[in-house]
Amino acid sequence: MARITMREAISQALWEEMERDPCVFIMGEEVGVWGGTYAVTKGFYDHFGPERVRDTPISEAAIVGGAIGASLTGLRPVAELMTINFAFVAMDHIVNESAKLHYMFGGQMILPLVIRTVGGGGRQLGATHSQTPDAIFAHFPGLTVVSPGTVADAKGLLKSSIRSDNPVLFIEHATLYQMRGEVPDGEYLVPIGKSTIQRPGSDVTIVTYSKMLEVSLKAADQLAKEGIEAEIVDLRTLRPLDMEPVLESFKKTNRAVIVEEGWRSFGVGSEVASRIYEEAFDYVDAPIQRVAQKEVPLPYNRTLEQMALPQVDDVIAAVKEVV
Amino acid sequence: MAETVTMPKLGFDMAEGTLVRWVKSEGEAVSKGETLAEIETDKATVEVESPYSGVIHKHLVEQGAVVPVGSPIAEVTAPGETAAESQEGKTEPVPQTPAAEKAEVKVTPKPEVEAQQPESAGAQAEAARTGPNGPSPQTEVQEKGPETKSAPPEVGGIQRASPLARRLAVERGLDLTNIQGSGPGGRIVKRDIETIQVQPAAPPQPSQAPAAPPPPDKKAPTPPPAVGIPTGAIPEDQVVPVDRLRRAIGRRMVESKQQVPHFYITSAYDVARMMELRKQINAYMPDDQKLSVNDFIVKAAALTLRQFPNINASLKGDQVIRYGHVNIGVAVALDAGLITVVCKDADQKPIRVISREVKEMAARARSGKVKPDDIEGSTFSVSNLGMYNVEDFAAIINPPEAAILAVGSVKPAPVAVDGELKVGMLMKATISADHRVTDGAEAAHYMQALARYLEDPLLLLVG
Repeated sequence: MARITMREAISQALWEEMERDPCVFIMGEEVGVWGGTYAVTKGFYDHFGPERVRDTPISEAAIVGGAIGASLTGLRPVAELMTINFAFVAMDHIVNESAKLHYMFGGQMILPLVIRTVGGGGRQLGATHSQTPDAIFAHFPGLTVVSPGTVADAKGLLKSSIRSDNPVLFIEHATLYQMRGEVPDGEYLVPIGKSTIQRPGSDVTIVTYSKMLEVSLKAADQLAKEGIEAEIVDLRTLRPLDMEPVLESFKKTNRAVIVEEGWRSFGVGSEVASRIYEEAFDYVDAPIQRVAQKEVPLPYNRTLEQMALPQVDDVIAAVKEVV
Repeated sequence: MAETVTMPKLGFDMAEGTLVRWVKSEGEAVSKGETLAEIETDKATVEVESPYSGVIHKHLVEQGAVVPVGSPIAEVTAPGETAAESQEGKTEPVPQTPAAEKAEVKVTPKPEVEAQQPESAGAQAEAARTGPNGPSPQTEVQEKGPETKSAPPEVGGIQRASPLARRLAVERGLDLTNIQGSGPGGRIVKRDIETIQVQPAAPPQPSQAPAAPPPPDKKAPTPPPAVGIPTGAIPEDQVVPVDRLRRAIGRRMVESKQQVPHFYITSAYDVARMMELRKQINAYMPDDQKLSVNDFIVKAAALTLRQFPNINASLKGDQVIRYGHVNIGVAVALDAGLITVVCKDADQKPIRVISREVKEMAARARSGKVKPDDIEGSTFSVSNLGMYNVEDFAAIINPPEAAILAVGSVKPAPVAVDGELKVGMLMKATISADHRVTDGAEAAHYMQALARYLEDPLLLLVG
């Protein structure tokens, strides 16, 4: 087991898949000569050359549109959007084309396309560059939405995403690139659409993903000192959403707190809570709690920004509401 | 304005019904089709469904009240309507209204009935448990009369309990109104249910008695239970909630035993010829049409009743109604209780017709599809425990009938024929009769007359 950063894990996944399959190529703003905004593709340009590591104009519509076209011809593009906030500019390509072409043309073509992008707040990038709009994308049938919370999952899920014949929106978190974690040696894959237990417990089920997994794990450690054992389910994929581990855990603990970085309204927590109520109503022993970002545009001011984002204490307070 | 719900007409001759229980309280929201109240007629307990969606503005009658068909029983306000509006609507007593406004009713597997026993081989051991003594009288208390509404610790009109706690309470037969909640706002949660001890002092109730042994089956003898000192944990007491059917059985049986002065007369009959005749007839019958012993008894009881109109009767006030029709009630075992199906004009029908009708009604009763007509109008009942190797027993009268015949098993036994000892087929039967209507001599005379048909069964075929 090697202990590496999430940046290295993602980089390894890309490298391995490009070595494995000549159809895989990278395109995006500053991915080539510069080595990527978050330095994920450093060294790729020199090794794989300009044909397979393509710098693009500053146009997200062009990047996603070009990637869709390439995927239709049989290539496997990994398009990078510098932040998910810029994905809105390419919304039509993402939701009206990538998510629907296979369906609308009767399955005549596949779209083995990955859109890698970066979401989340906490780096003082201001209201328009710090959003967590994951739920918006998870709303659309036809689009796979993946968002890892551990180093090992980041590598294994990205490799699975590249090998998937469906368009995948792969959302990385801006503050997790430095996070270190162990990854299995050698080649491995993590399946898309499988939630997993990241920490076993018996008193409450915390459902979360991405950066909030880290926050929830810290909260769980503190709660454990008070004798409350939280079980943490990491969704890892938002669509297709795997509720099985969540329901299984909930039927054991009868209480749930859902922690997400995005806003509460119409969010991931709303969806997960509804599914629990629908499928495990007779196991509910307390109203399900949601921890989410305050309903404001994220402030630039550091203190205010942290106040608006979900913190360890918020998770602890929510757990204490239900146990 | 408020909509008015009226007492539905549930049977052809129903003039009034008793509002046994309000299912929806005043102020509670109700959707169209939800159960509003339970109503009892002579023969059936029926759920009345709300014809409207809205909020129960007012109960117009108390629980336990006897209400004429068509009279208003409740007002339902439209969703969002204010109380003031509904008050306004209320000032004008709404006259009876079109069919669309009639409460919809759902007949459920009928309660009622008493300790009679079904005739069918499929009878559940459970049913046998009810026994002639009826269910635990304990069940009676809550249901009687215009009851004082128990006031549970409620918040905002509902008992706060988590869905899990509610489910666990149902599984363990616990009443949430007696439980103190420890969750937020006094909500009852799982731990509150789990910490409740089963009342250790509760004496074993009849319903918890060991199940009656299954009917003897010579082909497959069950091995005797192992001997030795039992090991392992003794099962804990179970608390089983009393369901609606059992409550109704309990109420009616208590009512009968308290108000009807029963007396009992037992006679023994040699039914060897009847058994032989049945065997001969059944040789011609396909399996699903074979006649049961009970079919013969129903026919015999009905024919005999024609000569005893005072036993085929009901006491009503200071009058005795002697019925022209002879309608025999036959008990059928359900999974959780008993129900009497009624074979109308049994004295007029060939045994094969009686047999078919009882079979069909019993099947409907067991599948929960009984029709009001199947259970209405009996004038006399027959209860048969013959399939359980019963010597004899006494049944509780099924009001408003004046008598019931309880039939034991047919067994080979020594009989004296012309001074000689022979082996006959003996069957004992006991009539329970209402002493306000009839007397010992008349009932004994009936039992004697019954012998004419039971012991000379060809008369049953021509009667």
